[in-house]
Amino acid sequence: MSVAKNEEIIIYRDVHKWYGDFHVLRGVSFTMQKGEVVVICGPSGSGKSTCIRTINRLEDHQKGQIIVDGIELTNDLRNIEAIRRDVGMVFQQFNLFPHLTVLQNVSLAPFWVLKMKKSKAEEVARQLLERVGIPEQADKYPGQISGGQQQRVAIARALAMSPRIMLFDEPTSALDPEMIKEVLDVMKELAQSGMTMIVVTHEMGFAREVADRIIFFDYGQIVEENTPEEFFHSPKHERTKLFLSQILDY
Amino acid sequence: MDETRTRTHTYGDDELPPPIERIPVLRWLKENLFSSWFNAILTIVFAALIVVLLSGLVKWALGARWEVIPANLKLLLVGTYPLEDIWRIWTTLYVISFLVGSAGGSRGGLMRHISMTIALMSVVLAIIPFGWATRGWIIGMAGSTGVGFVLGHFAKGFRRYKHLEISMWVLSLPVTIMLVNGISGILPVVAGRNSWGLMLNVIGAVVGIALSFPIGILLALGRRSELPAIRLICTAYIEIIRGVPLITLLFMASIMLQLLLPANVRPDLLIRAMMTITAFEAAYMAENVRGGLQAIPKGQYEAASAVGLNKLLTTTLIIMPQALRLVIPAIVGQFISLFMDTTLFGFIAILELLHISRSIMGNVQWRGTIFELYVFIGVIFWLACYSMSYISRRIERSLGVGKR
Ligand SMILES: Nc1ncnc2c1ncn2[C@@H]1O[C@H](COP(=O)(O)OP(=O)(O)OP(=O)(O)O)[C@@H](O)[C@H]1O
Ligand SMILES: [Mg+2]
Repeated sequence: MSVAKNEEIIIYRDVHKWYGDFHVLRGVSFTMQKGEVVVICGPSGSGKSTCIRTINRLEDHQKGQIIVDGIELTNDLRNIEAIRRDVGMVFQQFNLFPHLTVLQNVSLAPFWVLKMKKSKAEEVARQLLERVGIPEQADKYPGQISGGQQQRVAIARALAMSPRIMLFDEPTSALDPEMIKEVLDVMKELAQSGMTMIVVTHEMGFAREVADRIIFFDYGQIVEENTPEEFFHSPKHERTKLFLSQILDY
Repeated sequence: MDETRTRTHTYGDDELPPPIERIPVLRWLKENLFSSWFNAILTIVFAALIVVLLSGLVKWALGARWEVIPANLKLLLVGTYPLEDIWRIWTTLYVISFLVGSAGGSRGGLMRHISMTIALMSVVLAIIPFGWATRGWIIGMAGSTGVGFVLGHFAKGFRRYKHLEISMWVLSLPVTIMLVNGISGILPVVAGRNSWGLMLNVIGAVVGIALSFPIGILLALGRRSELPAIRLICTAYIEIIRGVPLITLLFMASIMLQLLLPANVRPDLLIRAMMTITAFEAAYMAENVRGGLQAIPKGQYEAASAVGLNKLLTTTLIIMPQALRLVIPAIVGQFISLFMDTTLFGFIAILELLHISRSIMGNVQWRGTIFELYVFIGVIFWLACYSMSYISRRIERSLGVGKR
């Protein structure tokens, strides 16, 4: 599938956000093309999660403009619902619904939100579980499968809405080392299929291999925005060098 | 994966079975009861006390006038409900045992367990010589449970049938009330409904539970609402009700409403009592449910929003099922206390089990049978409350609470 890379699917213009007095996002601007994979990294507390959570409005912003897939994010409830149908999200802590089976977790939203027939929703869910490599776990509960499997269910759950954009907030940080790869592999496959993705992660191997661009965050601002090649070999900013030396050198 | 965790375990070369500790009786006695002089004296003193009390109890139980119970059984159970209308109560019981049986047949699990218990209990009760008519009615219970069970068993393949079952359960409460009480124009209204003995406790508790549960859920949601007005109203309601004893509310409902409302819009005393207990229990229910809601992590709301569920769907599909599961023990505890609280109806001249038995004690013929009657009441309440807590434990287990 060839991907048209000339459609601006996310536009972020001078976005500011405060938590009380605390200025978390301090004028963030960037744009993303359809089919692009962007990795966001930066020190803890720099506002990475806050930034991607404004894209599906789990957090609101107080100044600036965010346009996702042609829709501007305001407090208008209908806009928010439309955006959430278009944007899937995967969380650090998986956040699966523990009282529902794996299959129900995945087929829930297609059934209730997209109003698919139950049999159709389940068929979609089974296909997605196949795609993330765990068709045999369909009838188990989240508490009965491993962390890596849970995170793959979470990816399938997000994909079930056929989103145009996928957000990942440190999807592998809560996983044991031997499970990280299975999740990253699924994400890699997804990137290759042409999905537009924003990934907050410290997995620099993944960033190097998969990302089209890397955005480096610090103190609520974008310090550097670069191709992986440039980012790792000739970073422009001292702050980036320091960060890279910290996470690559131990 | 699961096959590796088989039950039978064979021990390898360097593995040993855990040592089995066998404590002989004498050593157990010595370690637990006679470990020192002081403990030995305590043991002896308390043993003597227990013997004295027990022998007193046995002596009383043997000489007690238990005949007061069978002689007044009808009065205790259904009070002054007219004998010629008693078929209506049996019909109600048949409807309910049919529904239980049907659920047992179609769903199995706990409901099957309950329907078996009902059928078994009816057969056992029918052995007691109540008189042939009554025994016939009792055996009928086993029959209707069985019919329901068989029907449910064969119809369980149809999803329609399960929907039908649910609507029948919802309908069963108004139908019960219409049957037992009568409905003007169709079935004559039975008089004297403020002295129906145990039946009033049961009806009061069932109505109270069925209404206070949903109202409590709404109040709990209201108290966490983002709209300040709703939050304020719900919080005020809950806190005010919880600050007043039930008995006070009942007196207010029985006397003050009488004074405040004009006679033609004043609801009947029993209805007022049931409204009061519902209003009272709903406030406590709300707090129990709120406790469950607070235990649900923020990530669940976020995940639900992220897949596009709106607030209503998030609450009903994701949050509430998890929250209620967490507070089943608290909720059942409240149902139990609600059932016992129905005895307070007696103080506003509604003769439920406790107060109708007081009227028996007041009868010259049965003077001095206080203890016998109280023991009977105690057993009835214990049976009802123990069944509720047993059912709650089974539900918890089948929902897998605690092993997420
Ligand atoms: N709900 C909130 N209320 C107040 N402050 C918050 C809230 N959420 C986050 N913050 C603060 O905002 C800052 C940015 O948080 P954010 O979660 O975006 O950081 P992050 O870059 O994702 O860090 P990490 O790598 O630790 O996940 C942090 O200092 C955090 O303490
Ligand atoms: Mg974060």
